[in-house]
Amino acid sequence: MADETTRLATAAGPDGTTDVPEHLRRELEEAFERTVGSEGRVEPRDWMPEGYRKTLIRQVAQHAHSEIIGMQPEGNWILRAPSLRRKAILLAKVQDEAGHGLYLYSATETLGVDRGELTAKLISSKQKYSSIFNYPTLTFADIGVIGWLVDGAAICNQVPLCRSSYGPYARAMVRICKEESFHQRQGFELLRTLMAGTEAQRAMVQDAVDRWWWPSLMMFGPADGDSPNTQQSMAWRIKRHTNDELRQRYVDMSVPQAEALGVTFPDPELRWNAERGSYDFGAIDWDEFTAVVKGAGPCNAQRLAHRRAAHENGQWVRDAASAYAAKQEARRREGVAA
Amino acid sequence: MSDDVTAHVEGDPAQDLGTGVPQARWPLYEVFVRGKRGLNHVHVGSLHAPDDTMALHNARNLYTRRNEGVSIWVVRGDAITASSPDEKDPFFAPAGDKVYRHPTFYDIPDSVPHL
Ligand SMILES: [Fe+2]
Ligand SMILES: [Fe+2]
Repeated sequence: MADETTRLATAAGPDGTTDVPEHLRRELEEAFERTVGSEGRVEPRDWMPEGYRKTLIRQVAQHAHSEIIGMQPEGNWILRAPSLRRKAILLAKVQDEAGHGLYLYSATETLGVDRGELTAKLISSKQKYSSIFNYPTLTFADIGVIGWLVDGAAICNQVPLCRSSYGPYARAMVRICKEESFHQRQGFELLRTLMAGTEAQRAMVQDAVDRWWWPSLMMFGPADGDSPNTQQSMAWRIKRHTNDELRQRYVDMSVPQAEALGVTFPDPELRWNAERGSYDFGAIDWDEFTAVVKGAGPCNAQRLAHRRAAHENGQWVRDAASAYAAKQEARRREGVAA
Repeated sequence: MSDDVTAHVEGDPAQDLGTGVPQARWPLYEVFVRGKRGLNHVHVGSLHAPDDTMALHNARNLYTRRNEGVSIWVVRGDAITASSPDEKDPFFAPAGDKVYRHPTFYDIPDSVPHL
């Protein structure tokens, strides 16, 4: 456990590896490949290839940013929740997402980056977050659909990552997955309640499903043919299945749930394929995906502006806490001296 | 945009409150939680905080939102001394060749009870 701790002080470090002689480097590489290949875990102060470290930092940071930005579309409904029960649930859910972000930032720090640096990269658009959060939440039914479909897709993506080769990432994912189940179930329950309501409420649910279904399929990332890094990431065991495999699994899980709920997905080509033992589904609009990733989604600018404002407006709180800590420390020293 | 009708945005984002103030980096704390009485504290993750008390409060909020613990330790990362992964083999070698420290080293007939 302590190896995670002293990394900053003593780690061979991101660049400490450059002056390793060639033959030793090959030995290290082979040891690394052996560990990863035999389902072993890489721990923070182990030697690792630079590419592995960089890819992990990018992947985990992007994941952390998604949890943090993901608080916004739902957070906007906390004040408008229709009952105290729904408000308490939504508050707990959004607080969990903040926690997920922090578990993951904590994991990235074991790789030798500073989380302040990652926040700076997020608010200056140098690092990305999941595109799904660039879509607006228009009604309270969206809260239910986000829990059911968006958290559902996240679970699909994340459960295999509990076996990621990088120890701190895998452990963070175990913790996160335990909490996600509540997120999905509260969403589904919310929708079931609405479906048992009036005609207008049922229509509200269907409308929300219509708007979120395709973006949720895009959460799994580009089609395998357009995802050049997948093979390397799979070899490194920091990704366990391809995007298309996970997407298919998600579709297959979601269709019976939609039937149980009494809603349909907006895809005329969605049908059971007995031969494949899976559902066929229509083509994803990859132009929309690319546009939203590049910043043209309905809420990209707003999400970032809000995150930046929260960071900047919180500066005085951080400063006050630092000043208080410094004062206490000075007093303690004076007390010791006297 | 449309979903933010009641939403916050307190203050003007263009207002640059953050700059000019050198941001001292808060120290890193490692967090250990005792899941329930009778178990050891186990490392669960880390966080940053300006002082020990805040670290403890933040750890409570971050790592025990669902009764995951009855006790928390926070320890400044720079206060922990760890073995180095490079000296893995020699460092743990003294334990390697002392098989007689294990009960299975000793041959006792099966017929002898409770041993
Ligand atoms: Fe989450
Ligand atoms: Fe979630």
